Amino acid sequence: MSILITPETRILVQGITGAFGGKHAQLSLDYGTKVVAGVTPGKGGQFFEHNSVKVPIFNSVADAAKATGATVSAIFVPPPFAGDAILECVDAGLELAVAITEGIPIKDMVRVKRAMAGSKTRLVGPNCPGIVTPGTGKDSNGGCRIGIAPGYIHKKGHVGVVSRSGTLTYEAVFQLTSKGIGQSTSVGIGGDPVNGTSHLDVIKLFNADPDTHAIILIGEIGGNAEVEAARWIKANCKKPVAGFIAGATAPAGRRMGHAGAIVGGAEDTAAAKIAVFKECGIEVAVTPSDMADALIRAARAQGVTLT
Amino acid sequence: MNVHEYQAKALFEKYGVAVPPGYAARSAAECDAALARLPEGPTMVKAQIHAGGRGKGTFTDGFKGGVKFCRTKAEAREAAGRMLGNTLVTLQTGPAGRKVQTLYFTAASEIKKEYYLAILLDRVTSRPVIVASTEGGVEIEKVAHDTPEKLFKVFVDPAYGLADFQVRELLGRLGLAGAEGKNAGKLIRSLFAMYWETDASMIEINPLITTPAGQVLALDAKVSFDDSALFRHPEIVALRDLNEEDPKEIEAAKHGLSYIALEGNIACLVNGAGLAMSTMDIIKHFGGSPANFLDVGGGASKEQVVAAFKIILGDPNVKGIFVNIFGGIMDCNVIALGIVEAVKEVGLKLPLVVRLEGNNVAAGKATLAHSGLALVSGDTMADAAQKIVKLVA
Repeated sequence: MSILITPETRILVQGITGAFGGKHAQLSLDYGTKVVAGVTPGKGGQFFEHNSVKVPIFNSVADAAKATGATVSAIFVPPPFAGDAILECVDAGLELAVAITEGIPIKDMVRVKRAMAGSKTRLVGPNCPGIVTPGTGKDSNGGCRIGIAPGYIHKKGHVGVVSRSGTLTYEAVFQLTSKGIGQSTSVGIGGDPVNGTSHLDVIKLFNADPDTHAIILIGEIGGNAEVEAARWIKANCKKPVAGFIAGATAPAGRRMGHAGAIVGGAEDTAAAKIAVFKECGIEVAVTPSDMADALIRAARAQGVTLT
Repeated sequence: MNVHEYQAKALFEKYGVAVPPGYAARSAAECDAALARLPEGPTMVKAQIHAGGRGKGTFTDGFKGGVKFCRTKAEAREAAGRMLGNTLVTLQTGPAGRKVQTLYFTAASEIKKEYYLAILLDRVTSRPVIVASTEGGVEIEKVAHDTPEKLFKVFVDPAYGLADFQVRELLGRLGLAGAEGKNAGKLIRSLFAMYWETDASMIEINPLITTPAGQVLALDAKVSFDDSALFRHPEIVALRDLNEEDPKEIEAAKHGLSYIALEGNIACLVNGAGLAMSTMDIIKHFGGSPANFLDVGGGASKEQVVAAFKIILGDPNVKGIFVNIFGGIMDCNVIALGIVEAVKEVGLKLPLVVRLEGNNVAAGKATLAHSGLALVSGDTMADAAQKIVKLVA
């Protein structure tokens, strides 16, 4: 198994007719993902064509879900309209909305998150690379790829990866795959200060997933989400966990690319988070090049095999 | 985006948050005009720069204090003459300091008691939080650390907005009643309206004061806005002061690059914010010092790579360059071609270490190998970082 999505998951793409959404819809189709619908208001009835595949486009998420059985949406809608796009997924009763869009106003996300409280829809992101559950084919083809991550660097296996950063996730996955270690699911939760799914939410899912045997937890400066996850791991998680925190050299008070990556006080520095990781029994990667090796050390210490 | 105190206070007034009368000036003549509009008597002269710590700052010519209390308007005029056009160094400006181009004159207020009031986003609850304290005029971090029981928080439900009972709770905790309570209540409601309507990311008033006459005034104002929401606030964008920003950061933003200057000597060019941060970290880990944060984004073009090279080489401290690209979807060869073109254009004389990984990496490496450039290849991040640190040392 995997978490959040499986190779059977049927997905729709909001913003499929845009350049960005269209390009990544094609890459997901190439990966073997079941992209069954596109949504662009006003373009319902048209088709998104890629090689021999014709993906129907609908005016609304509800129409698309009803007609195609899609349960998950990948959102590539521009920032001013992205909050609305997320709420449309909630209204249509989707299981999962994955918001790739970067630069959604924080106030919009505050309102969206409040409006989602109590709904059945889970949000991953925004400002995230998405989710990949690798498949069994060549270069992990046949898996489910939602978002913008490179599918081909994955390998089907038993390590769960969760991170706020895109390229740092790819770095970790690539290190694992290069060492012959596969992944159950890799989840990018996004770099914004207000997001739908936290590190802890994903850690809980990995902990409950029998197919995930070990976890890499990648964080960065700002907020306390990594600390919250680490404390829960100490109390509840029996699986080996390796961690890395980016931003040890970031100057205080400056936003490092991600809207959420800012040191506001003593608690959200890299040093403080790394100290909590160690205290909670998480094997800390000394450098970003050390992420896979750190997990190997953690697994060995607990007698867990990763391959 | 940050704004100056005088701009923040103009917004305060617009939303009904009471402030002492004050006027900004950018020249000697404007200083005279501003002072003429203020009543005779004690006057504050405040240097308008974005960095904090102004009061305890020192000008490069030795003149002390970027916020001056003056007993008379004549004294204020004299202080203004020393401050305008002078360079102020504070704990937050770095040693180079910031040239003071605007002064703000206000009538000095009689203070009965100082308080603290701020509104910002609480990341744990994903709601706006109003933070208030009876300990104003001091560093709030110190209050939070030493006497957390004197810090009061109210979390605002975005579905309803600030509720009256929450305002009453704050006033009760701050011990404000009668005319003071009424005025403070109005101020808190107005401030929240401003926070919400302008897409502010933080508003801080330190100190908020009561006067013997029962007034409640914002004596200082620190306001920043959510960059992602600026598209719907042209009136806020108009307040932007480019003099307060690093010209290299402005240039980078024009090319869709995210750049932040640091103090070290190894320039970094990386794709992705997380990888860019950890590239800085790994340089430091192996004993080097990063000169900048630079994220070229997920879909960098050749032109962007060229622009990025020009920007990082504009920093005279740079003694070497580390390019670290994990091209998941991004074509490594595009980056390689950009590097070759940039080096040809700028005539690179510094050590350059390139680590390319990912999509079309073989073609990218071949482009670099056949370019005839004297660059060093790194296999992993660690390998490349060690190489550049050694070359620069």
